Amino acid sequence: MDSARKRKVRLVVALGTAVLLAAALVYTSFSASTEALEPSQLLAASPGTSAELTGRVVKGSVRRQEESLRFRVADRDDASKSIPVAYSGTVPDPFRGGREIILTGTVEGEGVFVGERDTLVTKCPSKFSSADAA
Amino acid sequence: MLPSSAALGSAALALAFLAAVFAVVAALVGSRGQARWVDASRRAVYALCALLTACVVVIEVAFASDDFSFELVQQHSSIDTPAFYKLGAMWSSQEGSLLLWAWVLSIASSAALYATRNRLREVVPYATATMAAVAAFFTGLLLFGKGVDPFATLSPAPADGVGLNPLLRHPSMMIHPPMLYSGYVAFTIPFAFAIGALAARRLDAAWIRSTRRFALIAWAFLGLGLLLGARWSYTELGWGGYWAWDPVENAALMPWLTGTAFLHSIMVQEKRGMLKVWNVSLIVATFSLALMGTFLVRSGVLQSIHAFGDSTVGPYILGLIATVLLGSTALIVSRIDDLRSPRRIDSLASREAVFLVNNLLLVALCATIFWGTFFPLISELFTGERSSLAAPWFDQYTTPIAVVLVLFTGVGPLLAWRRISWASARRVFVVPAAVALVTGVTLVMLTDAAESFWALTLFVFAAFALTGLAQEFWRGATARRSLAGGSLPAAFLAVTSRNRRRYGGYLVHAGIAVLLVGIAASSSFQTKRDVTLRPGESAVVGDRTVTYERPTVSVDREAIEIGAVLGVERDGEPQATLRPSRRYFRPGAAEVGTIAGYFEGEATSEVGLDAGPTSDTWTSLGPNISGLRGDARDADRGFRACVGGDPGTPPQCRQLSRLMRAAAVDPRLQPVALAQIERLQTATAERLARGYLRADAPATFRVIVDPLVTWVWIGGLLALTGALIAIWPGRRPRRTPAAGGELEALKEAKYREIRDAELDHAAGKLSDEDFALLDAELRREAVEILDREPVGRGSAS
Repeated sequence: MDSARKRKVRLVVALGTAVLLAAALVYTSFSASTEALEPSQLLAASPGTSAELTGRVVKGSVRRQEESLRFRVADRDDASKSIPVAYSGTVPDPFRGGREIILTGTVEGEGVFVGERDTLVTKCPSKFSSADAA
Repeated sequence: MLPSSAALGSAALALAFLAAVFAVVAALVGSRGQARWVDASRRAVYALCALLTACVVVIEVAFASDDFSFELVQQHSSIDTPAFYKLGAMWSSQEGSLLLWAWVLSIASSAALYATRNRLREVVPYATATMAAVAAFFTGLLLFGKGVDPFATLSPAPADGVGLNPLLRHPSMMIHPPMLYSGYVAFTIPFAFAIGALAARRLDAAWIRSTRRFALIAWAFLGLGLLLGARWSYTELGWGGYWAWDPVENAALMPWLTGTAFLHSIMVQEKRGMLKVWNVSLIVATFSLALMGTFLVRSGVLQSIHAFGDSTVGPYILGLIATVLLGSTALIVSRIDDLRSPRRIDSLASREAVFLVNNLLLVALCATIFWGTFFPLISELFTGERSSLAAPWFDQYTTPIAVVLVLFTGVGPLLAWRRISWASARRVFVVPAAVALVTGVTLVMLTDAAESFWALTLFVFAAFALTGLAQEFWRGATARRSLAGGSLPAAFLAVTSRNRRRYGGYLVHAGIAVLLVGIAASSSFQTKRDVTLRPGESAVVGDRTVTYERPTVSVDREAIEIGAVLGVERDGEPQATLRPSRRYFRPGAAEVGTIAGYFEGEATSEVGLDAGPTSDTWTSLGPNISGLRGDARDADRGFRACVGGDPGTPPQCRQLSRLMRAAAVDPRLQPVALAQIERLQTATAERLARGYLRADAPATFRVIVDPLVTWVWIGGLLALTGALIAIWPGRRPRRTPAAGGELEALKEAKYREIRDAELDHAAGKLSDEDFALLDAELRREAVEILDREPVGRGSAS
């Protein structure tokens, strides 16, 4: 085989592999991802719906119940729609009422969103303003 | 009347913008061959640097002197903020970090232009225009952008500032952002020179030689920034990890990966004149990703722990990225004929072939992370629903690539350029392969490493790489000794200092291998438990027994700190006493605060950490404060009753109540009243704290036994040391007249190549025949360069 042909074969093999790997990547990413939903979208969801909940912790709603934390999360732009949340696991330092959070979990009976252990992410404010205080 | 310092700062910023614009115009005029305009553009960049330095000084002086008439200072500092953090508070704001961007860019541009003042005559004007255009963009953003004026003032000036978020009060938080920014910014230099080389059609390796060091500096800064961020997360955030595949982390990692690829592939262009299209594309991608990193932190486009509120400048940065990508692509396409190289890779068993594969792997890794990071946007585009990918998805793809890359950190340095003969390959590969094999067998027999296939593979590959690198140092040193004599350590130092790029690079490889071993071990074999203990109780975590000995509490003006004393035993032997704690900050100033307010404000974890070479014991505390919180509310109620002078309150209450009423009428009495209130509140808080100590309340602890995690930091520092060695300038070549500068550099590079080949031969990587062939080839090329020298100078043979 002359060298130009050999190079062409090599290129086709390399590109083919790359395309296959990329396809696998795309395929798994769609099946492995969890949908990001806001409380208003979860209010009507049937029990068993898994999602990544994003929203704002309702001020003054945080209660500690033995091992777990109970609070309500409202839409980022609409505080009137909120859903009860139960979570156990690490609580990031910036977590408190009024902060935006991201939590992976499932809607269970009575519409309570139960977070998976250690999936609570709280957005980090770059400054603290007293207006935020609960 | 003297103008205020804010007015001076504004003026300096406006002048800086004009200087940047002038530099662009002058450089473009000068690119038609008018040296005076090129000189003028260079001086304009120096002036830009001086003006932006003035801006930064004005702001830092305002922070240091608590000048709350600056809105920036009022929003991000306070009288109580410790001095060290006042100086770093500038970049906790959006406008401050944009100013930092522009300032660092002006410094890097000035340094690059000074270094190339006698070189690259055709390339420099376009490079200057590119750098100055980026600077004009950022200074223009600060001048004309909405809500990002760093010199905005407040009138009248408030008495105190809001203060810096306690979470950010950590030494590495003060260094982490400027390091990352310096890394992002420094990639502008190689990018600008690549654009210059394309525009001027000077597509040899000259632009690479002049900016290689800047690329390396950018890489090192970005690496240090990533390492500091990881360390901060590990010791400060209270979740026990150092990497979470958070979008902003990914945004900083991506340009670091393509930058790593770039640093390797430019060597192929330098030595072999190949991969030109690839190199310019890589640096364009790296710079765009660096801009993307700047953009993501401030955009709120992706959900991230780092998204500091929605920004007003995001769309502009996005516009810049689009301009960079479109403009560069058009330029590359229009120069495609000049970028083609007639040469081909001789053999798959050569360093350049391995570099190419490692480049593909790094870019694949970057592309994977890019896909995962932007998946929420991608899925929204295709399915209309925003979905995101979690850490396991990232791990699944990045782990195999990282494992193979570790192998390459060892294979690359063992191979010679152009080709390696079978006999030489056997000679250099046999020891590392044997050590890797023995390591693998030992790990399987004596440890649980086999439980994780990828971790085990990585350990074996790392053993191969580290042995190979050690062998390189050893062979280099012995080869040097056989040439020059002396002791082995002296030969070792001599060979390293004479070949800084090579051995600095090897050290980087060793550091990365060690770092990845740390990551693999600590992520695959850690033991993590969340336990609730009362004082006196113990829990077993892995091979450690952790005992909650006693609670601690301290109260100061700023916060209540609840802590725990933990005794750690390993195999029955006391090993360490850890003191994890949690600080509850009182929000706002003392006069408006209540005691319950302590538990509604910010809280930060102080981790209790016992670091060791084999494993760390990491502990954090989640105290049960519901009792304390109730007591605080009761105390606040009592306090209000007291201040109100309700019937039945003790005499000091009536006194305080009188004082308050008097203060309401006479403002001069206010400080006295406030001091009185504060004293009472602190005393109450202390009483509550003592109550907590007596209550024997249970507390929740997270205990992690993390094997080999220390080696993440050691490996990172090792890699940075290696980068520093490679960056450090060597002995200055003798001064040459300005006109000969470029030729001199070319000659210097060729001589270095000949020396490299000699070293490779002496170290056994090149067989005698291969060396003879290569040496003859290189010498012929060197003579060609010498022939180009003007007659009457040098020794044209």
